[in-house]
Amino acid sequence: MCSGKLCSKEPVKTKEQLRTLLKDTSGKLYYKQMQDLEVDTDLLWKTIRTTLKSRIKTWLEICSRCGMCAESCFFYLANDKDPTQVPSYKIQSTLGEIVRRKGKVDNAFMRTTMDVAWGKCTCCNRCAMYCPNGIDTGAMFSYLRGLLYLQGFVPWEMKIGAGMHRIYYAQMDVTDEEFIETFEWIAEEYEEDYPNLKIPVDVKNADILYTINAREVKHYPEDLAYAAILFHLAGENWTVTSKGWEETSLAMFAGDWEACKIQVKQVYEAMERLKPKRMIGTECGHAHRATVIEGPYWMGRKDGKPPVESIHYVEWIAEALRTGKLKINPEKRIKTPVTIQDSCNYVRNGGLKDITREIIGYMVEPGYFVDMEPNGENNFCCGGGGGFNGIGLYRDWRNKGFTIKRDQIIKTGAKLVLTPCHNCWDAIRDIEEVFKMGINWSFLKPLLVNMVEIPESMKPAS
Amino acid sequence: MYKFLTGFMFWISVSIFFIGLFVRFILYFKGLDWRLDRVAYKAYPFYGIKGALKSVFKWMIPFLTHGWRQQSFMTIAFFAFHIGAVIVPFFGLAHNIFIRSKICISLPFTLNQLTTDILSWLVIIGAVMLTIRRLVLPQAKILTKKSDYFILFLSVAPFITGLCARYEVGNYLFWLYFHIICGEALLIAAPFTKLSHFVLFFASRIQLGMDYGIKRGGMKSKRGINW
Repeated sequence: MCSGKLCSKEPVKTKEQLRTLLKDTSGKLYYKQMQDLEVDTDLLWKTIRTTLKSRIKTWLEICSRCGMCAESCFFYLANDKDPTQVPSYKIQSTLGEIVRRKGKVDNAFMRTTMDVAWGKCTCCNRCAMYCPNGIDTGAMFSYLRGLLYLQGFVPWEMKIGAGMHRIYYAQMDVTDEEFIETFEWIAEEYEEDYPNLKIPVDVKNADILYTINAREVKHYPEDLAYAAILFHLAGENWTVTSKGWEETSLAMFAGDWEACKIQVKQVYEAMERLKPKRMIGTECGHAHRATVIEGPYWMGRKDGKPPVESIHYVEWIAEALRTGKLKINPEKRIKTPVTIQDSCNYVRNGGLKDITREIIGYMVEPGYFVDMEPNGENNFCCGGGGGFNGIGLYRDWRNKGFTIKRDQIIKTGAKLVLTPCHNCWDAIRDIEEVFKMGINWSFLKPLLVNMVEIPESMKPAS
Repeated sequence: MYKFLTGFMFWISVSIFFIGLFVRFILYFKGLDWRLDRVAYKAYPFYGIKGALKSVFKWMIPFLTHGWRQQSFMTIAFFAFHIGAVIVPFFGLAHNIFIRSKICISLPFTLNQLTTDILSWLVIIGAVMLTIRRLVLPQAKILTKKSDYFILFLSVAPFITGLCARYEVGNYLFWLYFHIICGEALLIAAPFTKLSHFVLFFASRIQLGMDYGIKRGGMKSKRGINW
């Protein structure tokens, strides 16, 4: 049992604070203390006046309250069409109410608002596609999370996650040294099968700078090895950076905009230091959203682009297959019913739906791929996005929400779900754990490593 | 009375309507902030304009978007209401004659009486359908406030009174004056209420279209976002 002030408006800035928070199992004391957290109503209203401008102000005002957004939301559908799950209702009864009351809200209101902002919306932005007035409720919830974070009303895991970025410049307590050591160690493990497999570190002017998700270091080091193997087989001139290697941002989920900037600054500095031709991020949706799509704005870059051209891993795979850098052994193509989970962050919000279908054309034997309905930018969130997967407080709500994705998968008849996104991967794994449908799920890398042809010159001496 | 309503009050209400909505439209765009909205509005004009046009155009056509296709009752109600509500005030026979007498300019075409009648009835039918929807559907009911019914009534009143005058139900002059008063009330209310969506609908759709066109995949996907 830990003691001391755990729940406050202050961000986590030291390892000691982080350790104390982590000791508080499931955030029991943290949430108890939250009940006594004072709302700084002056600060709340001041923040709104300086940051809530034309776009969100107009969205709140012109909402016709027609409820057309209802059917677009998987929470609404999964919860037996509960009207309190209508996106418009959720945002109007939280952010809308705070604005109408000019920030004069109390502790209980803020706690309820926190539940809605993290437990009833994954910021998947699907409702924006279904509103005639072009109202993006997901974007408003993201804004609301920022307001709540400033006041200390943020789920325990999100507070920790944002703190990790402030301290380790990564979503987990992985140091720069641990990253490089793990990458080099795991590559050594595969060196026998892939002679001369090396991890180039801090190579300047490389064609590719590869950035990752810290979870890969901590939990899935094989993924690092697979990335190295595929770059190696494709003959790419690539490198990793010893500092600024983390592409993800739990701070974005937490609404900690200061930490978002701190995090993405590391990556951009690595780009400027190493001057690669391109940056390629791992198979992670929100990492791409944070570093490539939103990051430039956090850093105040007027062109809305990172310092060097930055692409998602699926774009590199498609390119490598298209240009013949990687060749798939036709015998090893997937011959089992397979579908794909379109990530909200790089499909609906990144335009990469066609790229993943192109990859499927190479990897899957014709006739075995079945798309989910709906799909592409209309696909439903996996059910675990926006930080939802990681928040214990809302686990039951998440599992209820999973039923939409479960049913989508069942309808395809697929036995394998391709999940080129960490959040989606976790969600599909948990859907299988909860509902026991008998499906498998996978990133693209492990499948590709077993599928691509190894050039004679790269084969181990027999 | 007629002179006052069609003279002083006409100019006042029309001025408030056009100037008010123009100001709101301009203020909307002046208030956009590339850094807060996280959209490089000015950096990629081609993709911005392309995204904006697509975002507006697709939602102006019945059943062209996933949203409209998903909800056919709403789509029919919406377009029945809005087509007449936009066209009749400008191109209705009596209105066109009135406009010519006021500004000495004839609008390019005039609807014949039958078309004007049909469109006006469609507005009323559309309004009834929208009201039923609000009363019946739980997802609309929970959101609806009294002011939403008031705005709907304010919007449809000029058409109800206009048809009463047209069919000379009872006292023609009474309905004519009532029609003009309702119409002018609508014009005056527009910039200050949800009716500002006359222009802010376009503003909001343009903004989101630019967002998707510039930042969220418009430059990556050949087809762009599939509204």
